[in-house]
Amino acid sequence: MTRIEKLFSNKQKDICNIYFTAGFPSLNDTEKIILTLEKAGADMVEIGMPYSDPLADGETIQQSGSVALKNGMTLQVLFEQIESVRQKSQIPLVMMGYFNQVMQYGEEAFFKKCKEVGIDGLILPDLPAAIYEADYQQLMKDNNLNNIFLITPQTPDERIVYLDNLSSGFVYMVADASVTGKQKDISNNQITYFERIEKMNLSNPRLIGFGIADHQSFSTACAHANGAIIGSAFIRALEKSGNIEATIYDFIGMIKNEKVGV
Amino acid sequence: MLEANLDQKKYDVDEQGFYGEFGGAFIPEMLYPNVEHLRKQYLEIMYEPEFQKEFRALLKDYVGRPSPLYFAKKLSAHYNTKIYLKREDLNHTGAHKINNTIGQILLAKRLGKHRIIAETGAGQHGVATATVCALAGLECIVFMGEVDIERQAPNVARMKMLGAKVVPAKSGSRTLKDATNEAIRDWINHPNDTHYIIGSVVGPHPYPDMVARFQSVISEEMKWQLKEQTGNENPDTIIACVGGGSNAAGAFYHYLENEKVKLVAVEASGLGNDTGKSAATSVLGSKGVLHGSRTLLMQTEDGQVEEPYSISAGLDYPGIGPMHAHLIRSGRAKVFGSTDEEALHAARFLAKMEGIIPALESAHAFAVLEKMKFEKDEVVVVNLSGRGDKDLATYIDFFKLNG
Ligand SMILES: Cc1ncc(COP(=O)(O)O)c(C=O)c1O
Repeated sequence: MTRIEKLFSNKQKDICNIYFTAGFPSLNDTEKIILTLEKAGADMVEIGMPYSDPLADGETIQQSGSVALKNGMTLQVLFEQIESVRQKSQIPLVMMGYFNQVMQYGEEAFFKKCKEVGIDGLILPDLPAAIYEADYQQLMKDNNLNNIFLITPQTPDERIVYLDNLSSGFVYMVADASVTGKQKDISNNQITYFERIEKMNLSNPRLIGFGIADHQSFSTACAHANGAIIGSAFIRALEKSGNIEATIYDFIGMIKNEKVGV
Repeated sequence: MLEANLDQKKYDVDEQGFYGEFGGAFIPEMLYPNVEHLRKQYLEIMYEPEFQKEFRALLKDYVGRPSPLYFAKKLSAHYNTKIYLKREDLNHTGAHKINNTIGQILLAKRLGKHRIIAETGAGQHGVATATVCALAGLECIVFMGEVDIERQAPNVARMKMLGAKVVPAKSGSRTLKDATNEAIRDWINHPNDTHYIIGSVVGPHPYPDMVARFQSVISEEMKWQLKEQTGNENPDTIIACVGGGSNAAGAFYHYLENEKVKLVAVEASGLGNDTGKSAATSVLGSKGVLHGSRTLLMQTEDGQVEEPYSISAGLDYPGIGPMHAHLIRSGRAKVFGSTDEEALHAARFLAKMEGIIPALESAHAFAVLEKMKFEKDEVVVVNLSGRGDKDLATYIDFFKLNG
C-alpha cells in the first residue's frame, strides 16, 4: 500500500492536497514547505517539477516554474531534497510534471528513483493512457507508485471508467475546462458535473482541482468528492510571503476556515 | 487527385498516429475530446467529394495553383545539373502555408467551429490563417511571441488588416514554441467552439498527417509537371527546408515510398551547430515530447526544452515534425544544415541569377546546392517555399542595400 492509499483508507472526507512548485520561491524551500504544510494540517502534498513548457498550466504556475528553473532546480536536486524530507515526514507525496522530463531521465530509472526517495504517486498529464497501459503500468506498480489520471467535464463516461480503472491512489477531477489558476466561483454547470461523477461510483477516491482557491470553493469541492487540490492560490500566497511558515499556517487556516498550527 | 490512402506504408503514419517510434498524441486530458474528435473525422471529411471540390476550387482560383515548376536555366548551368524550382512563393500570401490553412478552415466549418486560433513565428502562417478566416467569416486569434512581433512587424500589420487579433505570447522565451504553448492553452480554455489551425506537421496526431496531406498537393503537382517537362514524373533529388517540416512534407509526400528519389531536408544551423546558436534539431536534438508528439527536440540533460536560434523566424523551432524525425533517423531523408550567412548569400545569389527573391527559410534549401555533388543530367527539385518580401529588412541590413 502506498501512503496515498493508506491516507484514503483512514480518511475519506475533506482531504486537503496542496500543490507547490519545487524550487519556488527559493531553491531550498522544499523541505520547509512540505514539513510546514504537514504541521498546518495538509493531508497530502503535490510537488510540481518545474518545466520549461507546462502546457496545462496557467500563468501563476508557469511563472513559479520559470523562477524555480532560474534558481537552479533540477530533478537531481529535487530527488535529494525529497529524500531528506522523507527522513522527517510520512505525508503522502505526489510528483506532478510533464512526460518529457521523465523520458529524458529514463522512464525506468525515474520510477526507481521515485520509489527510493519515497514518492507515492505521479501525475503526468501528457502521458497518454494507452501508452501508460502498454509500457509503464507494470513498471510503476513494481515501484509502488500510484498513477493518477485526470478527468474533465468533457471526458465521456466510458472514458472516465477506463481512466478510473487505470488510475490508482485517486482520480484527479479537473474542475473546469481550463488551464490551472483561473480564479472564478464554482458554477452550477460545474456542480452538475461534480454530481454526475459522484453518481458513477468510481473505484478510486476523487480529488477536485483547478480553480480551488478559498474556503468556499474548497468546501464545495469537498461536498462532492473526497477532497480538493489547491495549487495556484497557494503559489500566489507564497509569492507575496515574507515568512513562509506564517504564510502556510494562514493559508491552510483560510482554506479550512479554522485556526491551525502553533 | 488526392486519395485517402489507408494502406500501411513504410513511411506513412500508422493507426495509432506513429511514424516508427515518433508521433502519437501526448496531450493533457483537457485536449483529448477535441483531438479525438478531429482524429475520428479528419479523413472522412477531407475526402468527401464536396470537400475536395471546394478545396480544389479555392486552391486554383484563390491561391493560384498549380504553382509553376520552373526550370532554372542559369542556376542549372552554374551547378552543372538540372534544377527545377517549385514556386510556392507565388501562392497567395507568399508561401506554402496557405495550402494547409485553406484545408483546415474548410474542415473547421464542417466540425461546426467558429473560433479559429493559430500560432505563428515569422507571421507567414498567421497571415495565411487570418486570410482564410476573412474568407470564411470566422473569428481569428493568432498567438505570436513578443520577440517575433517585434522582428516581423509587417506581418503583424497584415494580420491586423485582415481582421485577426494578434495576442503576444509573453511566456518562456517569447518565440514560436511559446506561441504554440499559448495556442494550446487557449484551446484547453475553449473546448467547444474553437479549432486550432496548427501551421506545420507538428502537434499531436492527427495534425502531422493532416497537414502533410493538405500540403501534399505540392508533390502531386510536381509529378505531372515533371512528366510534362522531363518525360519522367520522378526527380532524382528533392531539397526542402525544415522548420516544423510542412513544406518538406508536401514536397516529399508522393515520393516517400519511392526510395530512388533522394530526399534532402535542410535545417537551420544559425551561427553554426557548435556555437550554441542553432536550430538544427536532428543534429542537436534527442528524443522527447514537444507540443503533443514524441519527436526529436533540443533539450537540456534535465529535459527542459532549449531555445533554438536561427536568423529565420520560420525555422527557429526546437523540434521537427515526427514524420521527419522518422525519415531522418531511418535514413530515408538526408539532412544538411545551412547557417545564417550561407542562407543569406544563397538568397542573394538566387535573386541575381534567376530574378527571384526567396524567403530566408527557403534560402536555407538553396544554400545546400553549394555543398552537394550532382550528376550532369540529374533532376533536382528545390522547393521554393516562400517569397522574400517579409525578409527585406534583414536583406537590407546584411547587404547594406540602402546605402
Ligand atoms: C516561407 C517559409 N518556408 C518554410 C517555413 C518553415 O515551416 P515548415 O518547415 O513547416 O515548412 C516557413 C515558416 O514560417 C516559411 O514561412
